[in-house]
Amino acid sequence: MTIYENKPSYLNEQKGLTSWLFTLDHKRIGIMYLASIFFFFIVGGIFALLLRTELLTPGKTFLEAKSYNQFFTLHGTIMVFLVIIPGIPASLGNFVLPLQLGAKDVAFPRLNLMSYYIYVFGSLLAVFSIFLGAIDTGWTFYAPYSLQTQEKVVMMVTAAFILGFSSIFTGINFISTIHKLRAPGMNWFKMPLFVWGIYATSIIQVMATPVLGITLALIVVERLIKIGIFDPTLGGDPILFQHFFWFYSHPAVYIMILPGMAIISELITTFSQKKIFGYRLIAFSSIAIAIISFLVWGHHMFVSGQSALIGMIFSALTFLVAIPSGIKVFNWVATLYKGSISFATPMLYALSFLFLFTIGGLTGVFLAVLSVDVHLHDTYFVVAHFHYVMVGGTFMAFLGGVYYWWPKMFGKMYDERIGQLGAWLVFLGFNLTFFVQFYLGSQGMPRRYYNYLQQFQTLHVISTMGAYLLGLGFLVVLINWIHALFYGKVAPANPFHATTLEWTHASSPPIAHNFVRQPIVTEEPYCYGDEPHHIHGLAHKGA
Amino acid sequence: MAKNEEALFPLADHFATPYQQVESSKLGMWLFLATEILLFGGLFTAYSVYAYAHPGVFKEAHRYLDVTLGMTNTIVLLFSSLTVVLAIHAAQKDKIKWVVFNLGLTIVCAAAFLVVKYFEYAHKFHAGLLPGRYFTNATISNPDQAHIFFGIYFLMTGLHGIHVVIGIGLLTWILLRAIKGDFGSQYYLPIEISGLYWHLVDVIWIFLFPLLYLIR
Repeated sequence: MTIYENKPSYLNEQKGLTSWLFTLDHKRIGIMYLASIFFFFIVGGIFALLLRTELLTPGKTFLEAKSYNQFFTLHGTIMVFLVIIPGIPASLGNFVLPLQLGAKDVAFPRLNLMSYYIYVFGSLLAVFSIFLGAIDTGWTFYAPYSLQTQEKVVMMVTAAFILGFSSIFTGINFISTIHKLRAPGMNWFKMPLFVWGIYATSIIQVMATPVLGITLALIVVERLIKIGIFDPTLGGDPILFQHFFWFYSHPAVYIMILPGMAIISELITTFSQKKIFGYRLIAFSSIAIAIISFLVWGHHMFVSGQSALIGMIFSALTFLVAIPSGIKVFNWVATLYKGSISFATPMLYALSFLFLFTIGGLTGVFLAVLSVDVHLHDTYFVVAHFHYVMVGGTFMAFLGGVYYWWPKMFGKMYDERIGQLGAWLVFLGFNLTFFVQFYLGSQGMPRRYYNYLQQFQTLHVISTMGAYLLGLGFLVVLINWIHALFYGKVAPANPFHATTLEWTHASSPPIAHNFVRQPIVTEEPYCYGDEPHHIHGLAHKGA
Repeated sequence: MAKNEEALFPLADHFATPYQQVESSKLGMWLFLATEILLFGGLFTAYSVYAYAHPGVFKEAHRYLDVTLGMTNTIVLLFSSLTVVLAIHAAQKDKIKWVVFNLGLTIVCAAAFLVVKYFEYAHKFHAGLLPGRYFTNATISNPDQAHIFFGIYFLMTGLHGIHVVIGIGLLTWILLRAIKGDFGSQYYLPIEISGLYWHLVDVIWIFLFPLLYLIR
């Protein structure tokens, strides 16, 4: 890692473990989040592979039914609360946001470090609870079962409660940063679209997470002193739990997807070397999604016993989400039109996102139809739908984003050939795993079941093989990153000829204070001029 | 200690101007207050749902709360919000002695609130008016549902009480910094920020008091 010795950067400004553990630098905090999140991603991924292996045969393959219930709960809980919700905003958001705004740091650096440690503490508590008695409620903690099971629900729920604070503080920090720390000349419509996406995400983090907090607190109180809020035997209402839970957890779905969309807006325009089509529509559609996200939670409860009228209202509101999402997809495709497209690794993930998110989004519209949902509710169709959005959407964008900003973060280039191989393996493995699950679900395979009918076995085996391929793909990605860290070529300041401030005004890696001189913004982002560069792989000169 | 015009604004490295720092901090605090309201919002929703489901039970159960003590606490908290504002005002005028006096008075009020709350809680414990399975009161006509009222009562006032305790800690820290001479007309941001928090604690009580004590 010779480069770090040669020129001053945030990586070598201070040395030693404590300089990382007590850093207030948003870039270092972002890197620490990135490492932690991928660590927990591997933990959650191992649970996924164990689940898929168990599902190779009907009945017992190698796990007991109880362990199976615990494993799918842990897979869900870890992936949702430890990986995807903090995921992009806390890692890439932390690193990139102040750079794109032309700021020295986020508004509250100490709060930023504190939210990292809250995240670590909450995550360790969650992992620790596994060893004391892993919960088996599903990640949704539905009452009344979560009030009755013998496992360590209180501990896991407390962990999720603590993680919520981390999420809230990050959201507060980013909103304040975006409002108050923009570079001179950068008005709201000169902000990169990544910033708009993170802004919309932060609004949801701040507005929705406290409700989850109080809901989880009520679960804890209910278990400890039997207070009778959710427990029907004490006069409580378990449906109220579902309302509370989804009031947070549906917006949380957009906490997961909006930052993914934010990254895609950057990737599509950079790797087409063309000004983004419909800047304002993409920006406003992020805000529209954030607002609508608060009005659709009842679509999780179509068969839970809410009134038909409420069901119809929630169904109609849910259709509305398709409009801003569609606006984004059409604008991205329009940006590609006549662009100077390069199929570098980040772009492969961006294009994967376009395919997979479209499938995930449209199947979401199926599920919003009341009558169709009665048939598909709690089947593998739902599992496939949200994996297409969460993994096919968010996680593809996350991987694309990490590749895209890798040279900026570490000053090293990744290997393009291994990068492309990994992207293809992930894309194929993903589709093999989850596409068949749409069919399984429509044929009546319920989600979360340990056992299944013989007729479903072929499709389950295909899905499991896909999961192994997907796992292999992620392994290739990980190897490529580690390889790049040690053996990567030195990265120029702007290898992809992007136009946002982190590329045009900061070195790779940036100095501790980000910019040598305060950048002054005079033009809109994404001005590529008349003769755009053609990025072919990485064979081009630096800026 | 009477005047402190030398307390300079400690501008953090990543801000360009004190104005930017003040504006950012205030915005951050307002956002945090929004999350607090939403946190309590869950409990207000639970209150509404069960007040709607069992109106008669809530009406009967609330008679076991002491309106006089509740009213006393309301006045104490409202007064403490005034003293916080006076502390900020004094800081703007560089009258540090008055800052210390007003902050001290606020903390005394907060403590008085908790003392009154202690007597209220003690009475409930004594009468067995407790949440869930600990509910043992025999005089109430519908104990199967009345316990939900007391569950919600203890949750809401308990969560509010925790906020009062945090407020005491926060204001004590600010008080010590004021004594040290950190604040003056150039720099009183932490007093303002803590004041915002204290007003929130006050505002939530303003809603809790009628909802729990004054049901008609």
